[in-house]
This record gives sequence, structure tokens and C-alpha cells, in this order.
Amino acid sequence: MAVSRSPGTPALEQPIVITAFPSSAFDIRKSIRLGLIAGLILVLISAMGLVESFDDRMLIDPILSLGYVLLFLVPLLVGHIAGRLPPLLEGMPAPEHRPRDVLGGLVSGTVASILLALLVIATPVFDLRTLFINLSPTLVGLLTLNQGLASGLLLLVAIGATLGTIGSALHLLPDKWRSALVKSVTWVLGIALLQDLVLQLLRGLGLSFASRLIFTVTGGLSIPATVLIFGILLGAQLSIKTKGESLATRFARLPDSRKRRTLYAAGVLLLVVIVVLPQIVGPYISEVLDLVGLFLLMGFGLNIVVGLAGLLDLGYVAFFAVGAYTMAVLVSPSSPGFAPQLTFWLALPFVVGTAALAGILVGLPVLRMRGDYLAIVTLGFGEIARLLAQSDWLKPFLGGAQGILRIPNIPVGPIELHTPPQLFYPIAAFVALAAYTSWRLQDSRIGRAWMAMREDEDVAEAMGINIVTTKLLAFVIGAILAGFSGAIFAMKIGSVFPHSFNLIFSLTVLVIIIVGGLGSLRGVALGALVIVGLPELLREFNEFRFLFYGIILVVMMRLKPEGLLPRARRAREITEEERAQDVGMPVTATAADPGGT
Amino acid sequence: MSANTEPALKLDNVSTHYGPILVLRNMNIEIFPGEIVCLLGGNASGKTTTLRTIVGMVAPTEGKITLDGVEIAGLDTTEIVGMGISMVPENRRLFSRMTVRENLEMGAYLRKKGNSHQEDLDRIFELFPRVKERLNQRAGTLSGGEQQMVAMGRALMARPKVLLMDEPSMGLAPVLVQSTFEIIKEINRQGTTIFLVEQNANMALLIADHGYVLQTGRIVLADTAENLLNNKMMREAYLGEM
Ligand SMILES: Nc1ncnc2c1ncn2[C@@H]1O[C@H](COP(=O)(O)OP(=O)(O)OP(=O)(O)O)[C@@H](O)[C@H]1O
Ligand SMILES: [Mg+2]
Repeated sequence: MAVSRSPGTPALEQPIVITAFPSSAFDIRKSIRLGLIAGLILVLISAMGLVESFDDRMLIDPILSLGYVLLFLVPLLVGHIAGRLPPLLEGMPAPEHRPRDVLGGLVSGTVASILLALLVIATPVFDLRTLFINLSPTLVGLLTLNQGLASGLLLLVAIGATLGTIGSALHLLPDKWRSALVKSVTWVLGIALLQDLVLQLLRGLGLSFASRLIFTVTGGLSIPATVLIFGILLGAQLSIKTKGESLATRFARLPDSRKRRTLYAAGVLLLVVIVVLPQIVGPYISEVLDLVGLFLLMGFGLNIVVGLAGLLDLGYVAFFAVGAYTMAVLVSPSSPGFAPQLTFWLALPFVVGTAALAGILVGLPVLRMRGDYLAIVTLGFGEIARLLAQSDWLKPFLGGAQGILRIPNIPVGPIELHTPPQLFYPIAAFVALAAYTSWRLQDSRIGRAWMAMREDEDVAEAMGINIVTTKLLAFVIGAILAGFSGAIFAMKIGSVFPHSFNLIFSLTVLVIIIVGGLGSLRGVALGALVIVGLPELLREFNEFRFLFYGIILVVMMRLKPEGLLPRARRAREITEEERAQDVGMPVTATAADPGGT
Repeated sequence: MSANTEPALKLDNVSTHYGPILVLRNMNIEIFPGEIVCLLGGNASGKTTTLRTIVGMVAPTEGKITLDGVEIAGLDTTEIVGMGISMVPENRRLFSRMTVRENLEMGAYLRKKGNSHQEDLDRIFELFPRVKERLNQRAGTLSGGEQQMVAMGRALMARPKVLLMDEPSMGLAPVLVQSTFEIIKEINRQGTTIFLVEQNANMALLIADHGYVLQTGRIVLADTAENLLNNKMMREAYLGEM
């Protein structure tokens, strides 16, 4: 329809016509562009050696390795994205996906795999191997599916095209089918990927016989097992009637007395799980859990400093080091200078003391610093801590580069905690303490003062908030939690060395809380599992660990800047800002802020 | 007002430096209980610095500041705010990612007594009915006028004896300026002593009892509002008449 013009406005070149909303998702330029991006990703992961080194890991024996999953996932995903309909305007009727929309996926998948094929062809021609050492004959063999160059590359492109088409065809499925299919595939791949964990769990539950049926001797799911598991999962998903209600909303409807009982029961259940968990999962997984717990403890601490108080501390490892060294000096018989040989428990109060003191020492000089300056100075403090521990000056007390050895075990009554499953208990206890403290703090008076300070330090001060004590308190509490973590770490390893306390340590903790969602306790827990736990379970990732941290961070900041499990408040802060910008109207926030616990 | 009672707030020969730079020199200001006193001056004359000095965010290098006769110069901001001075900062400066309600509650931060802020909230809703509608909205998404209301409400939540306001009319449309000054008058009528910093001399003098004129850190004129409105130099320099 033509828009009527009022006399005053400049004449429009053409009448504005609003056609029926774009009827198709297929847009050849967009599809090619997406295909090129996906192709570049494929080239990159191949040239960096990911495909080749992940090929050693069989997921479905003998047909599918992790390397191929990586290769196949990219065209599948890009096909899915290419097949998406353009975003809707408010109030427009939702258009249907139509079969011809899969053309977008076909184009994208084909373009992506052609790019990869070009890499294979270009490698010998331009001698690319001198630049990218990973472009080996093995890789070429992999990419051509060992079918010879010509037919192999054709096959590669055909597979890419097919996967792209499948990816976009997923849109044509009814929602229920699609989600069931995607979830089942994800679960099967997850089980295959976490084979070690599954094996341990089966053994712990006394089901060892099952593991021989599921996994092959050489590693990976057997084909019949794959089909069976996939079938069961898919069947289960399709037969379950979706209640359309989350547990949380159903819980909210319960009467108060039932609520309390439910919470109580959940608490007891959780306790039981925690008690039996290390026994079931065995020493290796317990070791991973212990590590996750130590990082979680630090995550909770840094979450207070960065997430609540907004003080970007890049030298957080310093407090961890202080805790570890304090413990080592006080309990180890071979502490070089001063060796009171206390027990772990007697030494703990001193750990609290030195960590708190370190918090104040770091906090005082940076009281008036903000943002980037604070980050840079704390970065320096982290390095100073390590250099001090290494220094000749403190060598008579801290042992210099040789560190402190022979740290005894943690005594509890008549027994000594020493193995990973045993150490799980004190770690869990400290994590629980830290979680409870953080949870109580975030909605307390001091929690609000931190938040106000994070927003506007000057105005917070004008409201009567004492900036000095408020800041120092954040540093001190954060330092104490890191100190606990360091103290247990020392007991667990049995020795401390200065080189353990490097920048990467601080950054890992920071990545944990950012990925989880700044300010959110559940987020920190999930972050620690994903960032610390997963790479331990997937050892082939270890070499690429920091690459993945980088990718995760970039992707998170683009797609979900509030984190995986954001605190309700934080999600509001970020998303509504963007929504308000997009829609250009005032937003009404919900009053309810249950707080992320 | 009664000149023989003690001033609520008094600056006696106050000077303030930022580092080596002298920004305020030998200022004398008296504000009596129940008054509106305004401080007029152009850009960079030191108006904001005067307020920052009063609440202790910068320490005066010379002179005395007394609140109800008690010396407050040199105390921490926390203490001074606790003694009954609160401030509506320049440019409102709300906690933009907090809701309106949370902003108001931050204003009462130093009054710990439980959560019984309802009475104060009610009083603020009476002054600013719009604020009540926006209670759960994120402060950063409010309009300029609404932000000014919340900023005033936030300062009032502290139940101040003396309320300091830094250019409340800045950046508002003429209609809103008018109503803002009416509300300031109303807050004063309800019993709060007000020290108002303004560039809009005309409007400020209409509601004020006394006025001071600041030029590059020095008080150059001090008189009743009425006299200032009729002062020749004043009219030429600040009231837009040639
Ligand atoms: N933190 C600071 N450090 C150094 N100089 C400062 C600082 N803050 C303000 N000044 C200087 O002090 C002088 C007075 O500033 P002030 O902010 O008090 O002016 P103002 O009267 O409030 O001006 P405006 O009407 O523009 O708000 C200015 O020259 C300013 O540059
Ligand atoms: Mg100013």
C-alpha cells in the first residue's frame, strides 16, 4: 500500500510498499557468505591440527572419530543457520518453513566444503606445509576420506552439501521431533566423548558388565550400542508428554509447608549424593572433581571481587599462593626457616589471617584506582607474589625455586585424608561454606553497597557508603576464599612451588566466572565444571585448552554476554539494554529478582 | 528567616585545592534552618566543588564548615552524610542498572533500621507520582525528567536536614524546569533546608531566600534573593539583560 504524504514532508522517490513478509529463507548471497565463513573455520581447524589430533579419538568405533565430528558439525550448523527464516517483525504472522528453504543449507554446506577441498589441492601446489606444519599427508588422507585425491574431494564436497542440506532441513521437522533428534544425537556423542566418565560410573554402580557391551576394546561406542542408545533416547523423548512447565514453576505453586519439605528432601538428597559420589566415580574422576572444587572455591571468591564489587583483579592467584605457602610453612616438617609443624586445622586460622592481610595489602594501594588501571596493577601484584616466592630474599623461609616439600595429609580424627576421593570431602565442605557465604552476602547490605560502588563509586560515596571499608572487605573476603583453596591445594599436592602460581591461573578463574555469568553462583559452578572439569575429562583437548578458552570467550561475548547461568539481575542488565536499543522503547523490568543461587 | 538562630550549615573562610590548584578561596556561606539558599555562578566557577567540599569528598585546605554548630570539615563523607546532609549530584547520576526502587533504597543506606522505608517511599510518591509507576524500571531507561525526580527522591530517602542540589534544572525542557523548581519549593515547605547550586539564576532566585554569586572560586555577591534579582550587576551578568 502507498503511504500518504503530508504536504510538508519532502517527496519520497517511490511510494513505500510493504510487501507480504519475505516468504522464503533462501537468499543466495547470504548462503554463500555463511558458507565462506564456515569454510574458513574448516580450513582453520584443519590447519591448526585439530582434525588430525582429534582423529585418534574414536567416538563410534570404527566409523566416526572426534576429528570427523568436528569436520561434519560445521557444515551441519551452517546449513541450519542458513535455513533460518529472517527475524520477524512484531505482529507479523510467522511464516512457515518451506522445502525450498533447504537450498540455503545446500549452498552453504557446498561452499564450505569446497573451500576445504581447495586447501587440500593448494597444499602441495604452494607447499603450504612450510607455513602450516599440520598440513600433513595424514591430514590430506583424512580429508579425502582415504579415497584418493579426486574421488575423495568429490566425496568431501558431497558430504558437506548433504550435511548443509540436513542442517537446514531440520527446520522442516515439527519442533518436538527436531528437539528430540538433536538431543538424542548430542547425548550419544556426549556419552561417547565422556567414555572414561561413563566407564567409571558403570564400575562404581557395579555395572561393569554393561561397559563391555557398550564400548569396544579399542575405545568408542560400538555400532549396535550406538543404534540402541540412540533409539532408546529418541523413543523416550518422543513418548514423554511435554508438560510445558519447568520444575521451578511447579515448585513455586506448592504451598509453603510442602515447599519447605521439598527443599529439605532435596538437601538431604544432595548430601547423600555428595557422600557417595567419590566412592562411585573412583579415584580418577574424584581427582577431577577435587580440582573443579578448588577452582570453584576461587571462583566464588573472585566472583565477589569482580562480579559483585566490580573490581577487576587480574592477580587473584596471589591470594591462592599466600594460602598455599602459609599452609606449607606451618605444617611441613621440611619448611626451611620456621617449621612449627601444626596440623592442617590448626594452621587454617593463620591462613585466614595471612590471606586477609594480603587482601588489605593489595586493596590499600589500589583504593582510588578504577577499571583498567586496577586491572593492570593487580596483574602486577600477581606476578610480584610469584617472584617473591622465588626470590633469594625469602628463600630461607619459602625455599626459593625448590619450594616446600613433604606436606603431610589432612588429619580427621584417627584417619588421614590423602587420596582424591578422601580429599573430596573437605573440598566439598569448603565449597559449601563459600557458596553459603556468597549467597548470604549478595543480598545483604554490604552486597548492595558493592553493587552501588560497581555502578558509580562517587555517588555511592555520596550516599554514605564507606568506599574504603567496602572495597577492602571485597578484597579480604575474596582473598580468604582463595587462601582456603591454596591451603587445600598444598595439602593435596604435598608440596608447593613458586611456578605453580602463574598468570594463567588468575585468568582461568576469571574465565570461569565470566563464562558462568558474573555474579551468579550457579554460573560459577557450571563455569568451573566446563572450564576445568571438561578439559580434564577430554584429554585430547588439553593441548588446545587455551585455544578453546579463547573461542569460548569470544562466542560467549557475542551470543550470551550475561553468561551461561546468569543471575537474574545481570541478565536484566545486559539483555534489556540491548532490547531497549533494538526496539527503541522503555523497558519494564520485572520486580522479582530471586538472585542466582 | 530568623537571623538570630544558629545557621544549619555554615562555611567559614573555606578554601579548597585540587592538588596545587586553588579552586575555592575564602568562602563564607550561611544557610539558616528552613531556608532555600542558592549559589549562582558560571561554568567552572567552583559550584560543584563547593558541594563536594561540604560533603567531605574533597577536604577543605582552610576554614571551618559546621552543621548545626558542629564542625564537619575533615570528617569522612560517610559520617557527614550520616549527620544529615545529602546531595542530588550533578547530572542526576542514578545507579543506572538498578531499578528505581533500588536507587531509592540506596538513598536510605545509612538509615539501617530494618526495611521500614515505606513511609519515606510514600512521601516521595506524593511528591513524584510518576516515580511510583516506574518503581521496577531500570533507572538507566528513565527519561531525563524522571531521572531528576528519582535523584531527588533518592536524596530525600536519607531524611536530610540539609539537602544539597547541583543544577537540578540542567538539561531539562522549560516546562520541566518550572515544575522542578516548584517541587524544590514544596520540599522546602515540608521542612527541609535547601542549598541549591544553579546556573539558571532567574528561576533559582524566584524560589530562594538568599543567594550567593560565585566567580572563579570567590563569592562576589551575597544578598537576599529579592535584592539580587534587582541588582544591576547581577542583571547584566547573570539574568540575561544587557
Ligand atoms: N578533580 C579535579 N581535579 C582538578 N581540578 C578539578 C577537579 N574537579 C574540578 N576541577 C576544576 O575546578 C574548577 C571548578 O570546577 P567545578 O566542577 O566546581 O565547577 P562548576 O562551577 O560546578 O562548573 P559547572 O557549572 O560546569 O558544573 C574547574 O576549573 C575544574 O576544572
Ligand atoms: Mg558543576
